[in-house]
Amino acid sequence: MAAHDTVTGLDALELGPARDSGFADAARRVWRATWPKVLAIALVIGVWQIVVLAEWRPIFVLPAPLTVWEELVDVVPTGEFWDAVALTMGRAAYGFAIAVVIGMLIGVAVARFAPLRAAIGSLITGMQTMPSIVWFPFAILLFKLSEEAILFVVILGAAPAIANGLISGIDYVPPTWKRVGRVLGMRGFALYRHLIIPAALPSFVSGLKQGWAFAWRSLMAGELLVIVPGALSIGVRLQTARDLNDAPGLLAYIIIVLCVGIAVDVIFNVADKSLRRRWGMLQA
Amino acid sequence: MTLTIQGTAGTDAASTEVAVRLDGVSKQYGKGASALLALDDVSLSVDRGSFVSILGASGCGKSTLLSLVAGLDPLTSGTIDTGGHRVSLMFQEAALFPWLTVAANVEIALRMRGVGRAERKKRAAELLDVVRLGGFGKKRPHELSGGMRQRVALARALAQDADVLLMDEPFGALDAMTRDILHDELERVWREQRLTVLFVTHNVREAVRLGDRVVLLSSRPGRVIEEYPVGLARPRRIDSTEVAELAGAITDRLREEVSRHGRA
Repeated sequence: MAAHDTVTGLDALELGPARDSGFADAARRVWRATWPKVLAIALVIGVWQIVVLAEWRPIFVLPAPLTVWEELVDVVPTGEFWDAVALTMGRAAYGFAIAVVIGMLIGVAVARFAPLRAAIGSLITGMQTMPSIVWFPFAILLFKLSEEAILFVVILGAAPAIANGLISGIDYVPPTWKRVGRVLGMRGFALYRHLIIPAALPSFVSGLKQGWAFAWRSLMAGELLVIVPGALSIGVRLQTARDLNDAPGLLAYIIIVLCVGIAVDVIFNVADKSLRRRWGMLQA
Repeated sequence: MTLTIQGTAGTDAASTEVAVRLDGVSKQYGKGASALLALDDVSLSVDRGSFVSILGASGCGKSTLLSLVAGLDPLTSGTIDTGGHRVSLMFQEAALFPWLTVAANVEIALRMRGVGRAERKKRAAELLDVVRLGGFGKKRPHELSGGMRQRVALARALAQDADVLLMDEPFGALDAMTRDILHDELERVWREQRLTVLFVTHNVREAVRLGDRVVLLSSRPGRVIEEYPVGLARPRRIDSTEVAELAGAITDRLREEVSRHGRA
């Protein structure tokens, strides 16, 4: 059929030839992403070593990279270490999860009801810019030296960023999509389930990412300030290492904290990227 | 003023049923001194199975008219009767949802009508075949060209089981070649699915190429000023002399209307 051929022919022309990305392609991509990171780490370690060799500080205060590495190799396989990581990550996950729920509820409520937005919209942004450590004295008064005190501040740190991400996501749903939603008969819950929430997802994910960063910072501050008896968290280990003048141990735990931060960031970035790829917001 | 033209190619002669009737429809935005009268006393009746092109310069309220018929906006006065027909609306942008596959974009319309999962899958595949995108169900919207996306939007509109299709400059953003092919496609789907189409455009040749009649609206406020039956046999070509001739006459009338605003 001639008409049929014209249609499919034009489709084929407009889509262009298919490109296959083989294994070599993938390997090249990984290499391209990896070598700058490796180089950066090498540079940092190099500078660190030079500072140590220059004896700017005594060796027991600022140990050499190799000493810290040996400490890490020593510490990481121990049960104590994993208990500390489990405790800290458990607190982080729990606090973050509650913050996500609260942030979403506040976000949807503020995005839906104009008076509520007028009332607390700028308050949320204000809370977001507040250093969460200022809440600790109050949290300790409220909850004593307890898990709740830490949780309270972690949630206060993370929830506003999550709410804000969702609010701006909902605000920027393109009007044409909303019109399509109305034409298709989407109303109430179905409108949120099938249109508003998925459309707001990219912004919501970046809100989650930011919320996580705030939660993690608040948690580290909390673990240093609020020492809960018997709970040997990463924060407590840091504090102990300082008390014992154990510089290699201190640095080892700082590196662990950094690694956790990077690892979680990688997870968020993977989620963000796959979302953008599916939406066609990334060059393939 | 009321215009009724019946008798269209592609449908049985017996069907003189009116699918959409507008009676003295007016639409005003805002109130008081800043009020804008978008449509003024528009009456129009569209026979079932006919293809009506609505033509006008900027500010004639073409899009407003379709929004009113689709029930997206309340009228200021007058009545619109769609006689229980299902109405769907297509825009200049395909406005597909990027988080869904092409097939899921069609299925969502079925889902909103409460169609079951298995039936949705089957029906969506059929509808993609109708718009000749059979193999593309698993693609994402951004992987398709503009013309293909518009066809997915057409499939989605059909999935609403609508027999009245309102189209708001649906091919306005496409290149001439693609638009030409989509005219053929739309004409074919219109016949096969026995649709009633209200097609808004500012492209005079496109209006003549597609319509059983062309309704010309004035600008600010929108009023029906002229109506042209298009007696040309289908299939038509947009570059045929007959289409060009009628389009020329309509363009002259449209220019007259536009220059009226220059003098005022």
